[in-house]
Amino acid sequence: MTIEHQLEQHRIYLLRFARLQLRNEAWAEDAVSETLLAALTKPQAFENKSQLKTWLVGILKHKVIDVLRVQTREASINFDADGDGSEELDALMFQKDGHFVNAPLVWNDVSAAMAGNPVERLSSQQFFKVLEACTDKLPAAQGRIFLMREWLELSVEEICKELDLTATNLYVQLHRARLRLRECLELNWFGNPMSEQTP
Amino acid sequence: MKLMMTCKQAAALLVAREDRDIVFGDKVGLRLHLLACKACPNFERQLLVMRNSMKQWRHYSNDGAADSEP
Repeated sequence: MTIEHQLEQHRIYLLRFARLQLRNEAWAEDAVSETLLAALTKPQAFENKSQLKTWLVGILKHKVIDVLRVQTREASINFDADGDGSEELDALMFQKDGHFVNAPLVWNDVSAAMAGNPVERLSSQQFFKVLEACTDKLPAAQGRIFLMREWLELSVEEICKELDLTATNLYVQLHRARLRLRECLELNWFGNPMSEQTP
Repeated sequence: MKLMMTCKQAAALLVAREDRDIVFGDKVGLRLHLLACKACPNFERQLLVMRNSMKQWRHYSNDGAADSEP
């Protein structure tokens, strides 16, 4: 298989993560194109097929951070503090006296199943699809921040610096993102009998 | 300080703990609440499952296992 052929296969995969992180089709395309171009200048990387993808993801992460840096300088992130539904989320989760409206369910640790038998692995692949879909449903600015933390693995200080945010503001956004993600997973995976994980 | 915090307050601290350290007074209050509350230990576990899942997802996205699905 030619190098070009291999790259085309990886492109789709890389785009998925670039889109999820950047929330902008054009930026995602740019980051992936630059990643593939960088790869083409190092043909020796294509000798080890199993490591190629890991290597590409590593480059992509750097390109994605570059895009975030440039784009967020140009257009400061717009947090629609009142209009992002966080009040509704609170009201959905808690009663006026501070008790849960619905007691949180007991969640099985899905990640443990990754190393398990094929049925368990398939189930955890489905879980990751739901996890990605729930992440994608976060409001754009919040989703970007959440994945900067969880996918790019940047520290709070680094994110504040890149996005020119105060730590307080960042914590608020991460907090909301985590609550929203929890709600989505509870509804669409753990509380859904169709997704019964254990065979 | 009120001796017992509400679930809403306890949940807020549990979520905050994912990204930052919480102050000593809050740690104590949280521990007391978790001992007395039935719901919040579940919530705490959910956050743990989420943390483990994100870690696994990160690994799965980084090592390219994601497209080996059938």
